[in-house]
Amino acid sequence: MNNHDRPLSPHISIYRWPVTMATSILHRATGIAMAVGFIVLVGWLFDAAVGPDVYAKFVGAMNSTLGCVLLVGWSYAFFYHLSNGIRHLVWDTGRGLEKGQATASAWFVIVASIVLTAAFWWVAS
Amino acid sequence: MSLRSPLGRVLGLGTAKDGTSHWWGQRVSGMALAVLGLWFAWSLATLSGFSHPEAVAFISQPVNALLLLLLSVTMAWHSYLGVQVVIEDYVHSHGLKIASLLLSRYAHVVLAAAAIFAILKLGIGA
Repeated sequence: MNNHDRPLSPHISIYRWPVTMATSILHRATGIAMAVGFIVLVGWLFDAAVGPDVYAKFVGAMNSTLGCVLLVGWSYAFFYHLSNGIRHLVWDTGRGLEKGQATASAWFVIVASIVLTAAFWWVAS
Repeated sequence: MSLRSPLGRVLGLGTAKDGTSHWWGQRVSGMALAVLGLWFAWSLATLSGFSHPEAVAFISQPVNALLLLLLSVTMAWHSYLGVQVVIEDYVHSHGLKIASLLLSRYAHVVLAAAAIFAILKLGIGA
């Protein structure tokens, strides 16, 4: 069906982003990020099994600036997706779905994900 | 009066023929990954180092190997379910959508198989 040429009423561009909209799309974005990160996780396991030379290259790549940025990103993605995933599980029980509650839990998840990521790197260092 | 057959109602599979299995699988794998993921994050944060001997010692330790196996397989499953929904939402061309879904499925199976192979090789010792 060709409906590409039809005019669209303004939708995304006209909204002031509520925080719940940000947490929703961030859940998907962090999920996609971790799907890519899964390749790297398997790469770590596989290269360790292959041998020291290949493994050294993997660690070298991860120790680069880009590698470190990606690792911090994946750690944040994990703690965000975990926190917001638990929020989804609570919703599944029918609780916390009022507008005010959803906004409050959105901010809670954002703060929790940052705190958990900071704690992770604090323990790691 | 409902036009649905009694059998259809009992099976609860709906028109897509798989009912709530996708949604439920996401919850089951998600809850498992909350535990396995936290264990893995803690393990990485407290690992003495990432040299080859240290990594091999960690992966080959039996309890770690078992948990890594569970983590890899569950993550492949959860990731596949998630990527599937993303493809279905954003890829509108029918052919490209089917191709992307197939590619994603194969890729996730390959990743899970590679992880299982690596963990078993190190865990059993070769």
